[in-house]
Amino acid sequence: MSNSTTEPVQPLSTEQLSATTLLRFATAGSVDDGKSTLVGRLLHDSKSVLTDQLEAVERVSASRGAEAPDLALLTDGLRAEREQGITIDVAYRYFATARRRFILADTPGHVQYTRNMVTGASTADLAVVLVDARNGVIEQTRRHAAVAALLRVPHVVLAVNKMDLVSYEESVFARIAEEFTAYASELGVPEITAIPISALAGDNVVEPSSNMDWYGGPTVLEHLETVPVSHDLTSCHARLPVQYVIRPQTAEHPDYRGYAGQIAAGTFRVGESVTVLPSGRTSKVAGIDLLGTAVDVAWTPQSITLLLEDDIDISRGDLIVPSGDVPKATQDIEATVCHVADTALAVGQRVLLKHTTRTVKAIVKEIPSRLTLDDLSQHPEPGQLVANDIGRVLVRTAEPLALDAYADSRRTGSFLLIDPADGTTLAAGMVGAAFAAPTDAPAEAEAPADEAGWDF
Amino acid sequence: MTTVATVTEGTDSPYALSHLDALESEAVHIFREVAGEFERPVILFSGGKDSIVMLHLALKAFAPAGVPFSLLHVDTGHNFPEVIEYRDRVVAEHGLRLHVASVQEYIDAGTLRERPDGTRNPLQTVPLTEKIQREKFDAVFGGGRRDEEKARAKERVFSLRDEFSQWDPRRQRPELWQLYNGRHAPGEHVRVFPLSNWTELDVWQYIAREEIDLPQIYFAHERDVFKRSGMWLTAGDWGGPKEDEETEKRLVRYRTVGDMSCTGAVDSDATTLDAVIAEIAASRLTERGATRADDKMSEAAMEDRKREGYF
Repeated sequence: MSNSTTEPVQPLSTEQLSATTLLRFATAGSVDDGKSTLVGRLLHDSKSVLTDQLEAVERVSASRGAEAPDLALLTDGLRAEREQGITIDVAYRYFATARRRFILADTPGHVQYTRNMVTGASTADLAVVLVDARNGVIEQTRRHAAVAALLRVPHVVLAVNKMDLVSYEESVFARIAEEFTAYASELGVPEITAIPISALAGDNVVEPSSNMDWYGGPTVLEHLETVPVSHDLTSCHARLPVQYVIRPQTAEHPDYRGYAGQIAAGTFRVGESVTVLPSGRTSKVAGIDLLGTAVDVAWTPQSITLLLEDDIDISRGDLIVPSGDVPKATQDIEATVCHVADTALAVGQRVLLKHTTRTVKAIVKEIPSRLTLDDLSQHPEPGQLVANDIGRVLVRTAEPLALDAYADSRRTGSFLLIDPADGTTLAAGMVGAAFAAPTDAPAEAEAPADEAGWDF
Repeated sequence: MTTVATVTEGTDSPYALSHLDALESEAVHIFREVAGEFERPVILFSGGKDSIVMLHLALKAFAPAGVPFSLLHVDTGHNFPEVIEYRDRVVAEHGLRLHVASVQEYIDAGTLRERPDGTRNPLQTVPLTEKIQREKFDAVFGGGRRDEEKARAKERVFSLRDEFSQWDPRRQRPELWQLYNGRHAPGEHVRVFPLSNWTELDVWQYIAREEIDLPQIYFAHERDVFKRSGMWLTAGDWGGPKEDEETEKRLVRYRTVGDMSCTGAVDSDATTLDAVIAEIAASRLTERGATRADDKMSEAAMEDRKREGYF
């Protein structure tokens, strides 16, 4: 850590503080890529590491005989993580600048825990993929890019770290950026920003680097502060999964019947014609209650209560949509899943499927293929999926569900598969016909190293 | 590349939510999920700012109906009188049902023993978990925030506890999107943390924005305090000061509210919400580092207590 950035930042005014927006992002990197150092520096330089936390890190580092404070101790919160010196589980970190608040899903780089990157990426607007400039794009980098593409994270930052160890050479950066961008674009990652950094020396993390005059782009923090989060809702399908029916039944509100939920996508307006699924009944929006305030229009991700003109039967698990934009209900779901449990998911298995606020019985009809992220090839008919596998599945549900493609809506296009016996979350599903990658999976692509290599 | 929506620049979009609105909406969603999926939820209510914000959010989430949850207070017997007074006032005002698990009763009955250091915070675990089992609560809301402590940073929003109320950080369910899995076997319960993604500053800004009433000990006031383990503790019947400790009158306030035996006051002249927010934004200490003795016991103090069933 350089000394120039250890000064406390100026306290923000109350107006500055409340005007800020929220950016959720995830970090991913292989072991020893310097992810903890990057996270540590972002936290440290934004005043999110406070004196007592730093003192605790210094105390423990010194007691272990380390010369410099080990910033990984800031982020490794569990006993087992500190003992093994690795990050096991995703952790959430918080920091702020004058322009934005950040929620960082700090995900493990260790190959065994890639499912946690899926967890972190599921709510992220942006993913930072770290590579070591000396090693360039490696297998794990490709997996991280593929997971970001699969989860449809809108922005990906490639942080080429340890530039200080390659003499800040532009050609090294350019080669890695080019290779990664080609690979990630092929996967369907919509936007890629490559930034050459040294997390240790502080180049281009918060402060622009004087060692890399050839780089004219933003620093990591500047990019995080300014990257536009998509709020164009006009093209989205409006969806309100009903969470809870509010009926006060009091003298003051004898007839109030409101459908509470968080708008999953799009906008709702008073006066709009809506259809309730699965019943198909229609009505008009009589009012929208935004946590105690009546509004004319509400949008995702606001939590609201919707009032309808007609008294129709609606309960938790129903979906309210504009009558002009009704999704097709189906009992046969085709999806890509990431298997997150230690027990396998097999063809013929009976499961529960949780989609928005609705949980239904389901059966795994087919597992047509398992994806090898290294070369994006498909391994046909694997029979089962084990922890960290990503595969295609066909699921038959006991009741029809109104699903969107994950490509259209991360919220109404996603689901969980749950073990009915003990409640374990088995798999995270993304509805849609195909994996993001437009590549033709070569038929002979059964990789020779498959058995040994598929353990991340 | 075909599915990229047109993006609106930065924060100028009319559809962008402020960070407080986004956090509020997320927390309300969590409350409603629990109301929809559980039989007997309860809100842990200490009278501290986090639980006060939780209750405020729950009131908004179900308005104009009442909150469909009862409250549970773990009373250490060493609580600040101002906080107990606040608790009872709020319960009456909103027509809520309050359960109390009393550490003092356990000590009086001989089932819990006072610790040599007089700290009662770790003693809360047994009364809490036994109350949960006895009342068959299946969802227990806590005001814990991930920014408080590094073990808490690993906590899920929905956190499954076994029949002994234990937390096993290595066997947590991955939590994806906003799809919270609350399935549990009889005897197990789920701890739910709607403020997971809030920071101390967010909580204070929200209190200011929503004009939420707080116990007065959060604001600067004159108080008889004495120094123990580097903290200003309130003098009182609970066991301080000892002979070699001297009481003095200081202008202080509290950043956290817990047991009087282990919650320290900070020197402060902040008498308004704006002043408190300015003070916290400029502080170089975390709230727990500044005022909680129990977290300093060991590197894994919080993780170890949480494993046993602490909140």
